[in-house]
Amino acid sequence: MLDYTTKEIKPREALRVNPAKTCQPVGAMYAALGVHKCLPHSHGSQGCCAFHRMFLTRHFKDPAMASSSSFTEGASVFGGGSNLKTAAKNIFDIYKPDIIAVHTTCLSETIGDDLNAIIQDIDIPEGKYMVHTNTPSYKGSHITGFSNMVSGFIHYLAKSTGKKNGKVTIIPGFTNPGDMREMKKIASLMKVPFIVLPDTSGVMDSPMTGTFTMYPAGGTKVEDIIELGDTNLTIALGELTSESPAETLKKKCNVPYKTLPLPIGVAETDAYVMALQEFSSEEVPYELEEERGQLVDIMIDIHPYTYNKTCAIYGDPDTVLGIAEFVLELGMIPKYIVTGTPGILFETRAKELYAKYGVEDYKAKEAGDLFLLHQWIKNEKVDLLIGGTHGKHIARAEDIPLVRAGFPIIDRYIHSYMPIVGYKGAMRLAELICNAILDRKDRDDAEEDFEMVL
Amino acid sequence: MELVTGVLEERKDFIRYDREGCGGSGIRCDTNSVSGAVSQRACVYCGARVVLNPITDAFHIVHGPIGCASYTWDIRGSLSSGEEIYRNSFSTDLREQDVIFGGEKKLTKAIEEVIEKYSPKLIFVYATCIVGVIGDDVNAVCKSMSEKYHINVIPVKSPGFSGNKSVGYKMACNALMELIKGNLATKKQVGVNILGDFNLAGEIWIIKEYLRKIGIPVISTFTGDSSYESLIKAPTATLNIVQCAGSSTYLANRMEEELGIPYIKVSFFGIEDTTNSLIRIAEAMGNEKAKEKAVAFTREETARLEHFLSQYKKRLMGKKAAIYVGGGFKAISLIRQFHSLGMETVVVGTQTGKKDDYEVIESIVKKDTIILDDANPAELETFMKEKGADILVGGVKERPLAYKLGIAFCDHNHERKHPLAGFEGVINFTKEINESMNSPVWEYIHELEEE
Repeated sequence: MLDYTTKEIKPREALRVNPAKTCQPVGAMYAALGVHKCLPHSHGSQGCCAFHRMFLTRHFKDPAMASSSSFTEGASVFGGGSNLKTAAKNIFDIYKPDIIAVHTTCLSETIGDDLNAIIQDIDIPEGKYMVHTNTPSYKGSHITGFSNMVSGFIHYLAKSTGKKNGKVTIIPGFTNPGDMREMKKIASLMKVPFIVLPDTSGVMDSPMTGTFTMYPAGGTKVEDIIELGDTNLTIALGELTSESPAETLKKKCNVPYKTLPLPIGVAETDAYVMALQEFSSEEVPYELEEERGQLVDIMIDIHPYTYNKTCAIYGDPDTVLGIAEFVLELGMIPKYIVTGTPGILFETRAKELYAKYGVEDYKAKEAGDLFLLHQWIKNEKVDLLIGGTHGKHIARAEDIPLVRAGFPIIDRYIHSYMPIVGYKGAMRLAELICNAILDRKDRDDAEEDFEMVL
Repeated sequence: MELVTGVLEERKDFIRYDREGCGGSGIRCDTNSVSGAVSQRACVYCGARVVLNPITDAFHIVHGPIGCASYTWDIRGSLSSGEEIYRNSFSTDLREQDVIFGGEKKLTKAIEEVIEKYSPKLIFVYATCIVGVIGDDVNAVCKSMSEKYHINVIPVKSPGFSGNKSVGYKMACNALMELIKGNLATKKQVGVNILGDFNLAGEIWIIKEYLRKIGIPVISTFTGDSSYESLIKAPTATLNIVQCAGSSTYLANRMEEELGIPYIKVSFFGIEDTTNSLIRIAEAMGNEKAKEKAVAFTREETARLEHFLSQYKKRLMGKKAAIYVGGGFKAISLIRQFHSLGMETVVVGTQTGKKDDYEVIESIVKKDTIILDDANPAELETFMKEKGADILVGGVKERPLAYKLGIAFCDHNHERKHPLAGFEGVINFTKEINESMNSPVWEYIHELEEE
């Protein structure tokens, strides 16, 4: 499939080939699924909603429920206000959510629907809620959409009563339910009372019960989102995803925030634990100390195989930076890192990170695509690829092992249940990386070099 | 009839419950989804893209923000015996600046960048939702690029809001007609074009092999495993055979009217439909020898399958099936196929079925079978539970729903992993539904239900 990729890199001004991102609304839909009894609503053509649900379902292997305004020709000329009004009535009548979270699309943004005004005009049943965010598909990426939706919830719902509740708001970034569970586990172990927004655990990794529920048990409860306004501190995990909603909460309710990278690897998990400790003033419990010790033990065990191995990492900005830092801790060299999401901060943070580890020979690109990454690899190969499913064509073309991490992974199972954050998550990531390297060694070793013990 | 919980008032006309006597099909279909419904339905762009995507050496440039390109990047299992270029994703990735100032320049540049890099023969440019709204003249850009570089740059008018998936099929068919008519080959040759087969899991290769065996040449395929060169030969064929009627009947009609090629509708799902189709193709070609060969071949294959099926029938007899697929024709084939396995279809729905499809469906299912147009998950759930379905046949969005309900599943859509067409397909289909229904994992669900 990639026979045409040339070594010679000519700048492209207009053409995007094999993207490493998708559009805002799907991120908004994912964020809204992390609110309990919330129905995400796509204000646009019915295709958007169908595509997003399919995209999420392919990654999570769980149903993603969402409704659509189902724009027609008429709506695209006269505006989608009446579509949304009809939709709201139908949704509250039949699907009975506690809250509808509307996100816009390129279409409704371009025709200029004023969601604030439309929603104000809607007769929302007693005790129910309707919020919205603007997610123009032609700005940012699905990460921006996720971020905007989280801000949307805060903007509409969070209230400050003037009395603090002694809790911490945790914004987990665009991560898997398995990651969110791990973040919560660590916060609990540090005895920090918290509210996580959004929280897709228990929604997109809900257990088999034999019955289908439109709204699984998980997700941040609306009353908890309201309470966010009274929290003492926000910990925003993943600067490029979570800082903006943390800022929204600060502006609205004066909750101070602390931004940290996603807790991937030893140093960044330490930073997360320290931030929690600073808040609770509790000792780090043995359970966490033990996990950390195990992780370091593992890193020592595998260092002969990981040291100086090169890799390329692609995907969402915070995830890519987090994995890059962890592989640096493993002694590997993340030679190329690419995110499709635009934002120069990615390259700035990358520069700082490489400087910290004294690595000079690298390439980092925001608003890049997998075609460019492939060209880089054609010029100088790496030992390992780390990212979502869409890199598998490069992996095959260049015969490089691929470790699947990030979003989306649509050709494997179980990943969404398992963390890559926290010490446990790092152990899992280390296992995936080490196994990929050793499987490749076993495959490539000559008969006389093929060994039982590694 | 009492309204079943989980069904919107506005949706009642789209559902047919227990019916009295045999009046004509009163179900509402072929309209747009209700605002606020959790519809499974896709848009015009999606419909157009799925029809054109399998053209192996075409460059599909999606003119719009990145999403439409991302969601359709290499997700259909349409196989190729040649080029693989169609499996890449090309887009103009429109940004805010382009939305404000118009995207024509960017589109022109993107087309030129493709031409410079790849020397293509055929480019499709998909106009997505906002392209019309921001006023880009995609037709004019395509025309000027075609003229400047002497290649086929064909616009596909597919803004998502301009109808449903069926409209997208039409837009794709129009684009195909533009391609064919712009490169009109004249000399007729005896042979057929296969329309509406996308070579999922290599199915078109099976059908081509059958036709080769009975002595019917295949001129061109739409669009599974096709290429620019193969497509432009299509006007020379003497007959079109239409498989996925939902997507390609419109193309067949246009080819009949404008190129004088008659068509017949066929289906290669199940023994009955495969057999009938091969014989009917031979008849339509007026080829007696081919007909004899078809009769002999299908008899042989049917006999070969007899033992296999009798083994499986024991395990499948009396089980209940639910069907939720794209087109009406496929639903009909599946009902027949389940019937031949001793299974009853208790729920049947389509996304884009037409009135006459629903009439046929009504005539071949039991009186109390639930028939749905454009069903949503709540409706599917309600009726599958109520009717006690053991397996659901559907597409990607239905799989997790079925699993959550503890119901077995068979993907009869883009994610099928082995061919389901022809006699080989009967074996694969039977094995697959048996494997899913009789897997030990369901025991744990029954445990839950007993609690």
